[in-house]
Amino acid sequence: MSKSIKIRKGLDIRIKGEAEKSSIEAPLSSTYAIKPTDFHGLIPKLLKKVGDHVKAGTPIFQDKYRDHIKYVSPVSGKIQEVKRGAKRKILEVIIEADKEISYEAGVPVDIASLDREAAKEALLAKGLWPFIKMRPIDVVANYTDTPKSIFISGFDSSPLAPDYDYLLYTRDKEFQAGVDILKKLTEGNVNLQLRVKGGADASFTQVKKVVTNKVSGPHPAGNVGPQIHQIDPINKGEVVWTVNAQDVAIIGRCLLTGRYDASKLVALTGSEATNRKYYRVIIGANASDVLNGNSNTDNVRYISGNVLTGAQIEADGYIGFYDSQLTVVPEGNEHKFFLTKGWLEPGFKKLSNNSAYPSKIFGPKKFDVDTNLNGEERAFVVTGEYEKVFPFDIYPVHLIKSVMINDIDSMEKLGIYEVAPEDFALCEFVCTSKINSQEIVREGLDVIHKECM
Amino acid sequence: MKFLRNIFDNAHAKLNKSEKTKKLFPLVDSVDTLMFTPNHTTNGGAHIRDGIDLKRTMMFVILALIPCLLFGMYNVGLQHDLANSTIEWSSFDQFLYGLMKVLPFVVVSYGAGLGVEFIFAIKNGHAVQEGYLVSGMLIPLIMPIDTPLWMVAVSVVFAVVIGKEVFGGTGMNILNIALTARAFLFFAHPTSMSGNNVWISGFKEMKETGNLVDGVSGATPLGDLASFAQDQPAYSSLGGFIQDGHSFVEAMWGLYPGSIGESSVFPIMLGAIFLLLTGIASWRVMASFFAGGLVMALILNQFAGENAYMQLPAIHQLMYGGFLFGMVFMITDPVTAAQTTKGKFFYGFLAGFLGILIRVVNPAYPEGVMLAILIANVFAPLIDHMVISTNIKRRLKRVKIA
Repeated sequence: MSKSIKIRKGLDIRIKGEAEKSSIEAPLSSTYAIKPTDFHGLIPKLLKKVGDHVKAGTPIFQDKYRDHIKYVSPVSGKIQEVKRGAKRKILEVIIEADKEISYEAGVPVDIASLDREAAKEALLAKGLWPFIKMRPIDVVANYTDTPKSIFISGFDSSPLAPDYDYLLYTRDKEFQAGVDILKKLTEGNVNLQLRVKGGADASFTQVKKVVTNKVSGPHPAGNVGPQIHQIDPINKGEVVWTVNAQDVAIIGRCLLTGRYDASKLVALTGSEATNRKYYRVIIGANASDVLNGNSNTDNVRYISGNVLTGAQIEADGYIGFYDSQLTVVPEGNEHKFFLTKGWLEPGFKKLSNNSAYPSKIFGPKKFDVDTNLNGEERAFVVTGEYEKVFPFDIYPVHLIKSVMINDIDSMEKLGIYEVAPEDFALCEFVCTSKINSQEIVREGLDVIHKECM
Repeated sequence: MKFLRNIFDNAHAKLNKSEKTKKLFPLVDSVDTLMFTPNHTTNGGAHIRDGIDLKRTMMFVILALIPCLLFGMYNVGLQHDLANSTIEWSSFDQFLYGLMKVLPFVVVSYGAGLGVEFIFAIKNGHAVQEGYLVSGMLIPLIMPIDTPLWMVAVSVVFAVVIGKEVFGGTGMNILNIALTARAFLFFAHPTSMSGNNVWISGFKEMKETGNLVDGVSGATPLGDLASFAQDQPAYSSLGGFIQDGHSFVEAMWGLYPGSIGESSVFPIMLGAIFLLLTGIASWRVMASFFAGGLVMALILNQFAGENAYMQLPAIHQLMYGGFLFGMVFMITDPVTAAQTTKGKFFYGFLAGFLGILIRVVNPAYPEGVMLAILIANVFAPLIDHMVISTNIKRRLKRVKIA
């Protein structure tokens, strides 16, 4: 049954640098990369060596412990380099792309005829499984589980987020195919959440076999975390799967055509980017293809994803697997004199959710921000500020403290199964004590993953 | 600003040269971060952060205390003038006198407190945290003006070391630091902290030299009220007390003897409005604290009988002593208060309720509010525990329903 939910707590961060709704075909990159670090907790086992030739859809590595899950090359070409970090951890597998993409041979899949096991087989075989993530823990789903429901958010409410209606425009067949196969995987519903206000793209409104729920309210209304919490909350032992809307369309497209065609739109956003538009790229593309001349290069930070949850990359780094946004913001690595720009400035233009800055009321419509921490890390002092932006029936600070002291029993009781790091992004943003709460929640989830699942 | 920046950069560079001087890093760093928001950028997690930090939060509380401080200075001079038969001062002179008397308190409080903080910062190798900035201003304001400065210093050191640093520093303390300092003095040196001789500057001296204006008892309104329960009450009836300069409006202005910053309602309310508008203090705690005190005072009114103290109208009762000062600046300390939204209501109510109860029922402790807030501090974790337990149970129930 479809529900209408209202998110009351939260915060829309209004910053400069939205993308204009027109798209550009980005040129084919010379290199692509698939990054094991995009898939938290993954220990990859390489299937190809440097110098090997791969096609789009050829498995490059697989999960060491769940060896059915294969990670495939997005393009055809030669494996140029395997970049490793500390303890020889694999960071990136870089593929030098051919001029023309050649695909692994495959035939269109007749989704209607598949049963659950066959559907899983099809997704695993085509390298589409990594698009499916699971809650709790927020990692790539286990193929042995049967989730009680699957959640797809039909909009993104994070700062400067790409417009999903634009991403999915004219993709209705692909989206439907993706939903069809997801529906096979669960005994419950495939839930699709749309905004109460404003029309959605036909891909969302016309799609069948889903339960459409309406959500209103500020960010994080578009995150699946609060949506799951209100519609079908996760209790200990239960599993819910989530897929990004654009990834559903990719899954659908690959099944309809039979080939691994992972092209998607990526929005270029952020105050330091120029020519902010949507760029059609292939997963794993080099950011420089999009940034090429479209951004200031002096003292800026490139983020794959949004400013709250994204990952910092180099100007010639690679766009993350799940990201459909590239953000460029100025670095804030300067000392700021306390009365003019620092901690005791009048603050009519400083972005803050705190009334101690008049900008809360008198501020501009859109703010300039940089990456300065605006303070130093401290112990928790101020109370009640996390609760203002955390739309869960959970006590966020106490949950974080239980993680800090590694108390598994308390973590379970306080609701760690329902949250993902991204749900704490706003808490981290508003924190007076500048505590990296996403990192802490991630540590907690890792402990739970290891000890309890 | 370049010039200032260079000074700090040079100082850091020099300190970094040897291992010995590296230990002094917190000293320079504290001044540096006070003058400049550091150049730290986000590393992991959210890439942009809210403009607020602990320094701004703390500084806003200090700003909210400024009216109380200024009023306190004026009132110290005024009370001295009123009690002294040999002088006739203008308001400005009164203020100047108060300034000269109060400023040493502030200097000693900050000196002793920050000194301890620096020692711990150097010992533990961390930056000096902002917690004491507010406590350092609160402590002078809740002291009687004739408290010897060495006592202030001792109580500050006790409060910072035993009240805070042993628990791990700013953000970790269980009891309110300022009230810990006051409670320490209250029990260690009761003659300097209570009675009728400490509330007017130079009171004992004037008594000895005979300069005291006739009829000035030196008692606070609460001292007078408490005397109803004793053998020789200061007034024969409550009506007499109220007519003698203790009407409701006069209580609002608070031009009578008391601790330095707490006697007048007016500047406290200015501070309260500022703290509530800027969202620094929790309105939940403030409102429930007031409600708690009011309810207790109303209950006492019902059972007053012949007891003149208990007959005092409830609202009038709340204007006296440290009740409102405690409501705005003490009970709202987020570290020692309950942390859950619901818990804040229980916490504030408990403190207000106990405050008036202790004050009225045990006249030996006219400053019941101080003790009540300390008791509530101790109960805060328990209150949070109960609130969170109901939350845990509610979410466990979800499984059974489904």
